[in-house]
Amino acid sequence: MATKKEDIKEAAVKAAKKVAVKAAKAAVEAAEVVVEKAAKAMKEAATPVITPEMAKIPEGPLELKWTNYKNHQKLVNPANKRRLDVIVVGTGLAGASAAASLAEMGFNVLNFCIQDSPRRAHSIAAQGGINAAKNYQNDGDSVYRLYYDTIKGGDYRAREANVYRLAEVSNNIIDQCVAQGVPFAREYGGLLDNRSFGGAQVSRTFYAKGQTGQQLLLGAYSALSRQIGKGKVKMYTRYEMLDIVLIPDENGEKRARGIIARNLVTGRIERFFAHAVVVGSGGYGNTFFLSTNAMASNGSAAMQMYRHGALFANPCYAQIHPTCIPKHGDFQSKLTLMSESLRNDGRIWVPKKLEDAKRLQAGEIKGRDIPEEDRDYYLERRYPAFGNLVPRDVASRAAKERCDKGYGVNNTGLAVFLDFSEAIQRLGKDVVAQKYGNLFQMYEKIVDENPYENPMMIFPAIHYTMANFSDHGANRLGASALMQGLADGYFVLPYTIQNYLSDQIGVPRMSTDLPEFAEAEKAVQDKIDKLMAIQGKRSVDSIHKELGLIMWDFVGMGRTAEGLKEGIKKIDAIKKEFWTNVYIPGTADHLNNELEKALRLADFIEIGRLMAVDALHREESCGGHFREEYQTPEGEALRQDDKFSYVGCWKYMGEDQEPQLIKEPLDYEFTERKTRNYKS
Amino acid sequence: MDQYIDIKVRVWRQAGPKAQGHFETYELKHVFQGASFLEMIDILNEQLVAEHKDPVTYDHDCREGICGMCSMYVNGHPHGPDSAITTCQLHMRKFKDGETITVEPWRSRAFPVIKDLMVDRGAYDKIMQAGGFVSVNTGGVPDANAIPIPKPVADEAMDAASCIGCGACAAACKNGSAMLFVAAKVSQLALLPQGKIEAAARAKAMVAKMDELGFGNCTNTGACAAECPKSVSLANIARLNREFLCAKFQD
Ligand SMILES: Cc1cc2nc3c(=O)[nH]c(=O)nc-3n(C[C@H](O)[C@H](O)[C@H](O)COP(=O)(O)OP(=O)(O)OC[C@H]3O[C@@H](n4cnc5c(N)ncnc54)[C@H](O)[C@@H]3O)c2cc1C
Ligand code: SF4
Ligand code: FES
Repeated sequence: MATKKEDIKEAAVKAAKKVAVKAAKAAVEAAEVVVEKAAKAMKEAATPVITPEMAKIPEGPLELKWTNYKNHQKLVNPANKRRLDVIVVGTGLAGASAAASLAEMGFNVLNFCIQDSPRRAHSIAAQGGINAAKNYQNDGDSVYRLYYDTIKGGDYRAREANVYRLAEVSNNIIDQCVAQGVPFAREYGGLLDNRSFGGAQVSRTFYAKGQTGQQLLLGAYSALSRQIGKGKVKMYTRYEMLDIVLIPDENGEKRARGIIARNLVTGRIERFFAHAVVVGSGGYGNTFFLSTNAMASNGSAAMQMYRHGALFANPCYAQIHPTCIPKHGDFQSKLTLMSESLRNDGRIWVPKKLEDAKRLQAGEIKGRDIPEEDRDYYLERRYPAFGNLVPRDVASRAAKERCDKGYGVNNTGLAVFLDFSEAIQRLGKDVVAQKYGNLFQMYEKIVDENPYENPMMIFPAIHYTMANFSDHGANRLGASALMQGLADGYFVLPYTIQNYLSDQIGVPRMSTDLPEFAEAEKAVQDKIDKLMAIQGKRSVDSIHKELGLIMWDFVGMGRTAEGLKEGIKKIDAIKKEFWTNVYIPGTADHLNNELEKALRLADFIEIGRLMAVDALHREESCGGHFREEYQTPEGEALRQDDKFSYVGCWKYMGEDQEPQLIKEPLDYEFTERKTRNYKS
Repeated sequence: MDQYIDIKVRVWRQAGPKAQGHFETYELKHVFQGASFLEMIDILNEQLVAEHKDPVTYDHDCREGICGMCSMYVNGHPHGPDSAITTCQLHMRKFKDGETITVEPWRSRAFPVIKDLMVDRGAYDKIMQAGGFVSVNTGGVPDANAIPIPKPVADEAMDAASCIGCGACAAACKNGSAMLFVAAKVSQLALLPQGKIEAAARAKAMVAKMDELGFGNCTNTGACAAECPKSVSLANIARLNREFLCAKFQD
């Protein structure tokens, strides 16, 4: 028995070195890269595990891990960088900052995006702000405190070393952005201003009006534009990656050597070579059809890597954002987020009396008609210490709880109030308008109601998917995703990629006529031909909407074993319906939006199933994953640290085969795990 | 209160960049006024797909007025008849029962049609590549609070920076000038100490690129600012002219 265990461990460590796909945060994080052959060796083991050395977590105390890594990693000299090509998929905060930084360093970069310009990646839509541990407010902030808040906010399901690194480089990001000309908000003295976000008791969020993501992305886009102008980045807009190409090196290790992409204007399938491939393709909340993501946001690149052996980590962690504009009809195409920053001054409530709720639902009265003493500020009531600024998962569940009990405030009964009347009294309308004016305008355009006069109505919606490449554990705190995207692109990848490429300097550029490219292209072409040939009766969107409803009902905010099993059955039925009854007009060798959507939907169906499978296996509640069976008597999430303190990684075992679970234990060496408490 | 309305949509259809385009009129029944304009086009497209016809191609992504991807001339206005919003933020409550709505692509020499309502705005990216940045590499920059910036200046820079690169300004202009777009970026960076150093050279490079790409001259008609979904102000053009003159003097 002992020998067998040793064997497996050895095989696994060996296999972990056979890194094939370099994802956005590559080298230090093996959970996200292809672990070739590992699974084969591990099949015999009952619970395959990923050890810290496989995950390549650097040695040493927490504060020194990243420094140690930087000091001891291998570098690539400037002359050699010129000989190396890197493909970067995506131009969001992650992709654009990576592409620009790598080009500045001297690599030749090929950068891809779906939109007509790199500036339109969905990072542009982030409103609220970006966190950093600058402690400019002198309110006791520090790298450690940002690290601690993030670990706690993530319900102790993230890697300590990664989170610490993120907190460590957060300050560099703000410096970098200011140097690029990002117009962050300032105080009258001319210094940078901060606001507070959920899950923190310090003010560490930097912002640019309600358009922080836009300004940060335009900063990264300007750096990228500079490199495109210099010819160091070749930009491919309106291109969609459809597969990754792996080629074995002289040691037989499969490495990512290129991509197959479709030119969305001509419909042509094209092949691209590079020494390494970096993917920053954004979130896949659109699995739910309705989400706060952009229409083209998708999970296909992640699925392509998964099918080639990359492990899909923690798919069940999906963040529901508490402050979105409620749904208004079946034709609806997306949900609009109202920034979390609104919770700084807005107060969330529902009526205390059920009869008032009934009258609101019938449209007989408005929110402002209900007197102060009849309002239930349920977040302030339940969580006195954090009040309206509890983390998103807590706020979302609390809203659902009130609406489930019948206290919803609009015609569907699925909405709560976000009220600024007290803030307007305290600060004056002008100050409120200056802080949140563009958000109020957005609300009024959509809902046709003036939020200065009547409280806004909000409801939770799918927002952020924490799986795979993220350092946020089971839940992400506000203003931390922008921080992550830029941390990786500007300050992490430029180091780790050199380590990865240091033994590649002798590798010449390869021809895209190699059989691996030809095979990958053929597989893509076959899939497209198969889709085009179905010629069924259903539009892509009609099937996607059906999938979305199943996801929301069975894999949404409150999950149960029974519901998840039911959901999986329904998703399997949707898959069958899609592959036998979808109708795609036109031809594949022209611009064809319906085909683009169909290719993405094929992957959303698989992701949806994987989310459900992961959610079913994780018999606990933590952060963005809430199993109704596991809650405290007060309805708070109940973690099962003895059983589930690990990253759940899923390995693809073939079409229509159940994926295999591989665990990466999360040993908390440096931080004491506690029950998250936002009450006192 | 939002109602259900019946409308006709007169849409520009063009199979490809070189194809001859034409208007096609479609009837849509029972459209809820709470729907957004793009949701109305989605409904139209579902109808066309059900009839095995080619759906209308148009650009869109974020659907919340920030990515700048959606375009469309609606009833003679870029981004439609409402002010200070993008097409994706336009709602059907702005239209009446029985109305015929005309939808066209951006019309500008520098933005050729790709298909139907989709145009190629790559020229705007090229202008940015010519100089729309501060020449700083990643790393080795001073602390973010090292240079205080007066709040009014930072706020003014932010207003200029709110441009979404949609192209409505050039599309609205009878000369097809991209001045407002260029001015927004030149202004933002000239206002901030970090961008001030290269301000004159930047203005010169970006204007030269704009001329080269076939955009027209600015004759101060103000149509751009009137149609700009982000209310970018004409004052930015004045600042661009100052920087441009500065660059001329330096030559
Ligand atoms: C409405 C909203 C508000 C938010 N507000 C905040 C906030 O206030 N603070 C915060 O910290 N975070 C916020 N977030 C989260 C944060 O914005 C995102 O997590 C982050 O911007 C994602 O960046 P990204 O670079 O990974 O992806 P994206 O910006 O989505 O970019 C994805 C890129 O990949 C490309 N792409 C995708 N698939 C392919 C393919 N197959 N082939 C080629 N290209 C492809 C796309 O074209 C695009 O360029 C918000 C998110 C949303 C949706
Ligand atoms: S200046 Fe206004 S109209 Fe012109 S591109 Fe920018 S946002 Fe669009
Ligand atoms: S779709 Fe993004 S601005 Fe309209």
